[in-house]
Amino acid sequence: MFESMEMRQVFAAEMEKHMAENKNIVIIDADLSKACGTYPLRAKFPDRVFEAGVAEQNMASVAAGMASYGFLPFIFSFTPFASRRIIDQVTLSCLYAGQNVKVVGTDPGIAAEYNGGTHMSMEDVGLYRAIPGSVIFEPVDAIQLAAALPQIIAYPKSMYIRLWRKYAEPVFSDDYKFDLFKADVLKEGSDVSVFVSGFMTQAAMKALEGFKAAGIDAEIINLHTIKPLDEATILKSLAKTRAAVVCENGNVHGGLCEAIAALAAQNFPVPMEFVAVRDRFGQVGKLDFLAEEYKLRPEDIVKAAKSAVSRRVFP
Amino acid sequence: MDLKLKANQIRRDTLNCIGALGVGHIGGALSIAELLAVLYFKHMRIDPKNPQLQGRDRLIVSKGHAGPAVYAALSERGYFPKEMLLTLNQAGTNLPSHCDMNKTTGVDMTTGSLGQGFSCAAGVAKASSLRGDGATIYTVIGDGESQEGQIWEAAMFAAHHKLSNLIAFTDYNGYQIDGAVDEICDVAPLDKKWRAFGWNVFSVDGHDTGAIDAAITSAKRKRNHKPNMIILNTVKGKGVSFIEAAKAGNHNMTMSREQTEAALRELE
Repeated sequence: MFESMEMRQVFAAEMEKHMAENKNIVIIDADLSKACGTYPLRAKFPDRVFEAGVAEQNMASVAAGMASYGFLPFIFSFTPFASRRIIDQVTLSCLYAGQNVKVVGTDPGIAAEYNGGTHMSMEDVGLYRAIPGSVIFEPVDAIQLAAALPQIIAYPKSMYIRLWRKYAEPVFSDDYKFDLFKADVLKEGSDVSVFVSGFMTQAAMKALEGFKAAGIDAEIINLHTIKPLDEATILKSLAKTRAAVVCENGNVHGGLCEAIAALAAQNFPVPMEFVAVRDRFGQVGKLDFLAEEYKLRPEDIVKAAKSAVSRRVFP
Repeated sequence: MDLKLKANQIRRDTLNCIGALGVGHIGGALSIAELLAVLYFKHMRIDPKNPQLQGRDRLIVSKGHAGPAVYAALSERGYFPKEMLLTLNQAGTNLPSHCDMNKTTGVDMTTGSLGQGFSCAAGVAKASSLRGDGATIYTVIGDGESQEGQIWEAAMFAAHHKLSNLIAFTDYNGYQIDGAVDEICDVAPLDKKWRAFGWNVFSVDGHDTGAIDAAITSAKRKRNHKPNMIILNTVKGKGVSFIEAAKAGNHNMTMSREQTEAALRELE
């Protein structure tokens, strides 16, 4: 449906439609509108798409003020500046005050490539997860993103949207039915549950051949909404497979890995392996190099799955 | 209406509010009593019977620890009964130390993490200008709060977006928790700083209701597409001798029943 469009282009194209319908939507940028893809919307909605400049903290609180007046602000920056830089403003001005602001962070984890460690958020999911009542959404591809936007707009509270901004290989098909609070089972399987978010979803799909070669029937589940977790879907899968691998493009501390581990520990403990950044900062490099450096490749998922399966215990 | 009498009433009710609990942010609450009197009893277009009235004027007290003074003013204006002032910080109260828009009728923004309320006020002013509803947005920051970088981010934003509907006040009482502002990290010269940031600047005696009233009226008449900063030269703990004498110590101080009664006697 979206062919070769980048995620940021899809976001802007879909937002253009929603903004034409919903006059309360405003977009605020922090000098990254070209990078985040919102720039073309300025000409279409000159009053409702504007800059805060390189002042992300002010941007977040300005957005909360506008939300208190009935507007629906989307604020944009790279993930580190949409999380650690403004975490107090988002926590208090937005969530604690009950204001509805959608925070969009682009280039999650290793996606920042040549921008390197300063621009790589390994901790953003952990930071947002720890805020009471927070919601974290990370789309996989253009179809999922476009399907999600109406529900994101309709959701009456603040959210963090962790957005891959460049091209993302398609995973979902045109007839995809999206539910913001329901995980997507991409492939059913019986040997191991592979839980994935964002960019790691494509990696898991690329691991299918590796699973096959290893004789592992993997169940692959995409958690597009990292908080709150779709606990029912996760636990149902664990009860079936009795082994799990969790994959995320971010630090192993505080993110999806720990979220699922905590859920499993309290309900249905199984052997579990993590494919995630191992408590390290980012660095410059192309995606392939970074995926190898931080062990976020399809083969790393297969290796983790083998280990989890080998540790399975049956009653 | 005698605004001086209203200011005195707000001061007395603030003392009752904090005195009932025995501890509170008394200094920076008493220093804005005249401002609250002028806003709530002269300038703000609001309706206590319809607190969410669309297009109403709003007040965002970015120095959220001045909550008790705001509550005193709101109850005096008829938003809720005076008895409620005695529930400050009690379990389940609607009157927490720091202003909470979701708990207290009449409070327009949740504040407490310094610097944020000021940005929120800029956002509210931007929103009002987009709606074209003609509201005036008032906001109060502290002098210590002016050390926050976010204040100056918002200062640039408000000037750039020509938010002339924004009328801000600095409660320049000279003290913050750890001591005198000019000894901790001086914010002076505030007037030159705000002017340099593209704001209309007024500097008045913050305990002179007539002067505050006149400055607000002048700000409204400017119509030069600039936001407005009215610097209120104030005394922290104003109106009660022993509270004033505590200087920085009155930022958050205990108030025994005897002290509260003695303070109220000074304000008779």
